[in-house]
Amino acid sequence: MSFSVSKVGDVTVVEVEGQLIVGNRQDLKQKVLDEVDKGARKIMIDFERTGYIDSSGLGVLVSLAKRIRDSGGELRLANLHDELQTLFELTKLDTLFQISKTRAHALESF
Amino acid sequence: MTDGKSLDFRIPSDVQYIEGVVGQVVERCQALAYSRRHTALNVPVALTEALSNAILRGNGDDARRAVVVRVEIDDVQLVAEVRDEGTGFDLLACTEDSTSAENLHREDGRGLFLMQKLMDRVERYTEQATGGNVVRLVLHRA
Repeated sequence: MSFSVSKVGDVTVVEVEGQLIVGNRQDLKQKVLDEVDKGARKIMIDFERTGYIDSSGLGVLVSLAKRIRDSGGELRLANLHDELQTLFELTKLDTLFQISKTRAHALESF
Repeated sequence: MTDGKSLDFRIPSDVQYIEGVVGQVVERCQALAYSRRHTALNVPVALTEALSNAILRGNGDDARRAVVVRVEIDDVQLVAEVRDEGTGFDLLACTEDSTSAENLHREDGRGLFLMQKLMDRVERYTEQATGGNVVRLVLHRA
């Protein structure tokens, strides 16, 4: 599991490689909040190389969405594979997040 | 059930052990041609939830307490039993509808809901011999 952060224009892109689960979710949360503290307001999390996400990982995404929104920013999710998309639909979190099929679409959506 | 073998694990109550256990179970499912949805969603997520519940709630995140896992997998079904040293809980009473309007924005409370959505059967019982709390997950391959 690893997280990487890069910039595409004024969008901060966070890639999640591996699983987003109870053992590492706080790492992602801290990494994104550090970016918010540094002034990032457009944040995209790219799940292209993500395996699975558990309930605590979903919880962190909900928490981050609120924190980013409270800071006047926006969070987008991109590149969910079919099983992750199903997970978001089962939990109805697909109604809470703006989810794009590709990174390019997510970048355009800001 | 045919050609069934069990996978047995005994881990300390530390969430860092979860991914290794889940990875071995998923690998066995893949070898038995379980579907992509089963191996990328149902099994890893439900088993991760059962393990994290056992570690964090059942055993109170106390690394001196063990979690014992037995998984029987064959070409018909997967049966996973996750045992902790806690006093147990009421599965039905503790499972909330995470999709309801009042719960949708919550950060927590999706674990039991997901287990039940992703498995064909979820049971909780107290093991007579040890007094341990067991969560049993069943998933049919077909």
